[in-house]
Amino acid sequence: MKFQVADSDLINRIKNDWWFFVLLILGLLIIFVPLPQAQAAPIDRHLRIEASMYQFTPGVIKVNKGDKITLDLVAMDVVHGLSLDGYDFELTADPGQTKTAAFIAEKTGVFRFRCSVACGNLHPFMIGKLQVGPNLMFIRAMLLGILAMGAAFWSLRKPFSNLKEVNN
Amino acid sequence: MNRIDLTRFPTINLLLRSRWPQFLIRAITLAGFVFTILAGLFGPVVGSHNFAIIFVWIAWWSALKLFFIPFGGRSWCSICPIPMPGEWMQQRGVFSPTGKGFGLGKRWPKKLRGNWLQAGGFLLIGLFGAVTLTSAKVTAIILFSIIALAFILSLIFERRSFCNYLCPIGGFTGLYAQASPVEVRVKEKQICAEHSEKTCYTACPWGQYPLALKSSADCGLCMECLRVCPSDNIMVNLRPWGSDLGQKAKHNLGDVFLGLVMLASVLVDSAVFLGTWGQLKSAAYEVGSLPWLIFAGVFLIISLGVLPGLYSAAIWGAVRVGSAKTTFRKTLSKYGQVLVPLGLMSWIAFTVSFAFVKFSYVLPVISDPFGWGWNLIGMSGTASIGQSTSWSGWIQILLLVIGLFWSSKVTQQISESKKQALPIVAFSGLFTVSMLWLLIG
Repeated sequence: MKFQVADSDLINRIKNDWWFFVLLILGLLIIFVPLPQAQAAPIDRHLRIEASMYQFTPGVIKVNKGDKITLDLVAMDVVHGLSLDGYDFELTADPGQTKTAAFIAEKTGVFRFRCSVACGNLHPFMIGKLQVGPNLMFIRAMLLGILAMGAAFWSLRKPFSNLKEVNN
Repeated sequence: MNRIDLTRFPTINLLLRSRWPQFLIRAITLAGFVFTILAGLFGPVVGSHNFAIIFVWIAWWSALKLFFIPFGGRSWCSICPIPMPGEWMQQRGVFSPTGKGFGLGKRWPKKLRGNWLQAGGFLLIGLFGAVTLTSAKVTAIILFSIIALAFILSLIFERRSFCNYLCPIGGFTGLYAQASPVEVRVKEKQICAEHSEKTCYTACPWGQYPLALKSSADCGLCMECLRVCPSDNIMVNLRPWGSDLGQKAKHNLGDVFLGLVMLASVLVDSAVFLGTWGQLKSAAYEVGSLPWLIFAGVFLIISLGVLPGLYSAAIWGAVRVGSAKTTFRKTLSKYGQVLVPLGLMSWIAFTVSFAFVKFSYVLPVISDPFGWGWNLIGMSGTASIGQSTSWSGWIQILLLVIGLFWSSKVTQQISESKKQALPIVAFSGLFTVSMLWLLIG
């Protein structure tokens, strides 16, 4: 058994399902249209991150795009590392020692940083977050969620009547 | 009925009917299972270097959620090695039944039927997850205990009682198999009704009667019914995703409870394993300590109190605005299917977030499974830290948004009006926002 859609039905279907294309365009707009955001002047930030089994303190760091970040990694118990997703940045510190390096936060978004030296059983889950500028991805995701709920309500306003079931 | 019967294709039909392909795959999975237990017991202590940890919790657990369930429903159950030794005893034969087997063949107690024990097992996985996922020895001991328990129960109870009523993974796959694109059904109901011997039911290790199958939740896709049907009246269909969901679907409170436990588990796992809260990770790991007791308490409150409470409040709202005469309990069960797409897509999104980053661990442990300095495939020592990308983030968002759309649509399909659907959709929306916050917030 299969579905067949006749030509006239196809035109009818496009007429009936115009909302689908509207939703698709709205979805693409939500994903791609630049959102307005206040651009703070870049500054130099000196940050200290303490690494201990199995957390970074602070776990979440918020900076502005263009900020120069000088980062002190302090290993509080055993050897720890810090590897930043999306940036070519990695530090390793021995127990009780501090390692320092700097980078410029030129990419916006939320980036995970992870311990890069096996430090114990929960090492693979030792994670922190660097947020550069506003978390636009989350805002766009929320808008897509609202659109999805609207689409679900709208899609069932009337059943598809133009599909014909054909038995082989 | 937009279905494609796979048995109409001669090659596929041959592969499904023959016991050999399935037997060979199951023999490989059984060998892999035993090997995993040995690697867990005798391999490296460091979890990220141990075959058992990486293969079970990264490779297999991810494959189950990303491949087996979304594309094959309970297809993993058809090749799962856990019930094999017990089945050999029950049927007194390794390849096929050879007469009266061993075992008492008792029926599973009525009071213990349903999904409740499976849901409880999944709660236990959540409570001890931080240890299980990171300690190779614990993983090995759990795997051994599971296969031993399945074996013992198969000597006491009939068929796959362990799989049907106890296995938490069986509960997980069964719940989400309802959304999958595969089903086993009969071709002509009349033929089955007139067939007095019911060879399909007798042969089914799951105790299912194909004529009565309304959902893919309880069918383990073992194909025994296809093999023994004298009238060639069984079909294996590809179907649209979510075909078991809708107005005709019947759910009970056990299904609802299982669905809510799955939602709670994916929330808590996301917080523990992907969050930035080190104290939470340590609390989940230090089993028996005061922080762990607090963690366990909070986990149980979320699983058994907060989520069921919010869901019940949404149902209460739906009942109030509905016009049909129905009870709160019936409505609670009816909307249980909404939790299926919501949970399935959330688990897949969680897996994308988790597994893609950690996948670099898989090949090195295959290369040196016991940590003895082997380099079988030339990949030893190549594990990298791994990192998430913006693409991974967008995939997670799309998966969660699709889950929300899907569950909202199912809600609408089974509601009398948009107004009645609104509280349930709000529940789904709130859950999705929580997942979004945990995964990409």
